[in-house]
Amino acid sequence: MKVVYILWLRQLKKYVRSRSRIIGSLGQPVLFLIAFGFGFGPVFQRAGQGNYINFLAPGIILMSVLFTAIFSGIDLIWDRQFGFLKETMVAPVSRFEIMLGKTAGGATVAMIQGIVVFLLTLIIGFRPHNIAMLPTAFLFLVLVALLFTSLGTVIASTLEDMQGFQLIMNFLVMPIFFLSGALFPLNGLPSALALVTRIDPLAYGIDGLRGALIGQNIFSLTTDLSILLVITLVLLLLGSYLFERIQI
Amino acid sequence: MEAIIKVENLIKKFSSFTAVDNISFNIEKGERFAFLGPNGAGKSTTIKMLTTLLDPTSGTIEINSYNPNKNKDLVRKSFGIVFQDPSLDDDLTALENMEYHAVLYNIPANLRKKRIEDLLNFVELWDRRNDLVKNFSGGMKRRLEIARGLLHHPKILFLDEPTLGLDPQTRNHMWNYIKDVNNKEEMTVFFTTHYMEEAEKMAQRIAIIDKGKIIAMGTAEELKKKTDTKTLEDAFLKLTGHEIREEEAGGIDRMRMMRRMHGR
Repeated sequence: MKVVYILWLRQLKKYVRSRSRIIGSLGQPVLFLIAFGFGFGPVFQRAGQGNYINFLAPGIILMSVLFTAIFSGIDLIWDRQFGFLKETMVAPVSRFEIMLGKTAGGATVAMIQGIVVFLLTLIIGFRPHNIAMLPTAFLFLVLVALLFTSLGTVIASTLEDMQGFQLIMNFLVMPIFFLSGALFPLNGLPSALALVTRIDPLAYGIDGLRGALIGQNIFSLTTDLSILLVITLVLLLLGSYLFERIQI
Repeated sequence: MEAIIKVENLIKKFSSFTAVDNISFNIEKGERFAFLGPNGAGKSTTIKMLTTLLDPTSGTIEINSYNPNKNKDLVRKSFGIVFQDPSLDDDLTALENMEYHAVLYNIPANLRKKRIEDLLNFVELWDRRNDLVKNFSGGMKRRLEIARGLLHHPKILFLDEPTLGLDPQTRNHMWNYIKDVNNKEEMTVFFTTHYMEEAEKMAQRIAIIDKGKIIAMGTAEELKKKTDTKTLEDAFLKLTGHEIREEEAGGIDRMRMMRRMHGR
């Protein structure tokens, strides 16, 4: 456990020390929230869907969690290319512990990021409908952070360097975000698109978070929770399997 | 004398390319042993196999009487290593890098503080312990890596081109530390280098490896006598030829650029 802790601590220290990275990564969600929130707000209202800022906020919170989590996982590639991974890999500790520590650290960082964005959305005008549901919201935040950090680790274990980075950005991370229902309601979509959104794990995170924060969900919270849990577990296992096989 | 490193018929193939081609050697406890060879000769690949980072295609290895394939963790506890490329975390302080290592090697908390302080004093970095490593010069980083490699009192220290890019002062210093521990603790030292005078001065025995094969092994004197040359450099060139070896540029240079672009 000490090993997991020190690896977790390292991720956190690195996060806290990279001030420019923190500020930079907060810029995007704020921009999205303001531009989309106020830009599409009137249309959304006229279509009878209510307050768009309230609808959008959970999506934007998880967007920042998604990006931070995936990148924390992919951080492994930097560690690998810059040699620090070697120092960790020649140490007499199990690969599973290393993977666990790194994933826990990355997920914690992503969670903090999500909470900060949540606080920012409050300033911009987001109003959760029920304070009592905040712990449920937090649970979804944790799961989404864990899920995508593990996904990042899985990707990083299979990539040699950052060559495939653009590919992952454009064909994985962006679609996951745009097809998750972060920006628009998932009901009433053309059936092909609806199908794609059903296999997007982030869709269940956003649905759950939206349910917890503003009481608008299409699936039941139990469905959201179980699907997220299962995918997270699968990715964690896959991540540790691939991590075991890394040779430097 | 007992051998602490035993290598027999070691082979490593990467698809069709044979990086290490059937090498065998023994290194005695407390010996200082140098591995010389042109770029791409298989030095680093051999070290990676000896240090559990890479599985051999075939052949046997014994490190401190353990097999790296079966008892990875026991082997890992037996050695310390200074890699060819820097392997410190630049975003952590010198002290944090040491603490990280101490926890990974399960050094008890009561010993940890004292040992870290002693070693950082030993490499003259104790005053800079709370500075981020990214503010260190190349020589300071190397010293820190050596201190870190010694932290868990290894029986063997692997050094992969440890003095690359260091000025003579730092090089001298570094070898003084290492020889000191080598004498006092009977720690075995296995290193690779491109500097002939370094190999001649520091190693009791030298192996010359080229194209994956060990082509000569012995003391510097023996190698010179064998090739009928006056200096080790001449002996080396006579054995390995004069052509320049091209080493394929890894992704590392591209990565450095990417990292700069991403402002990390």
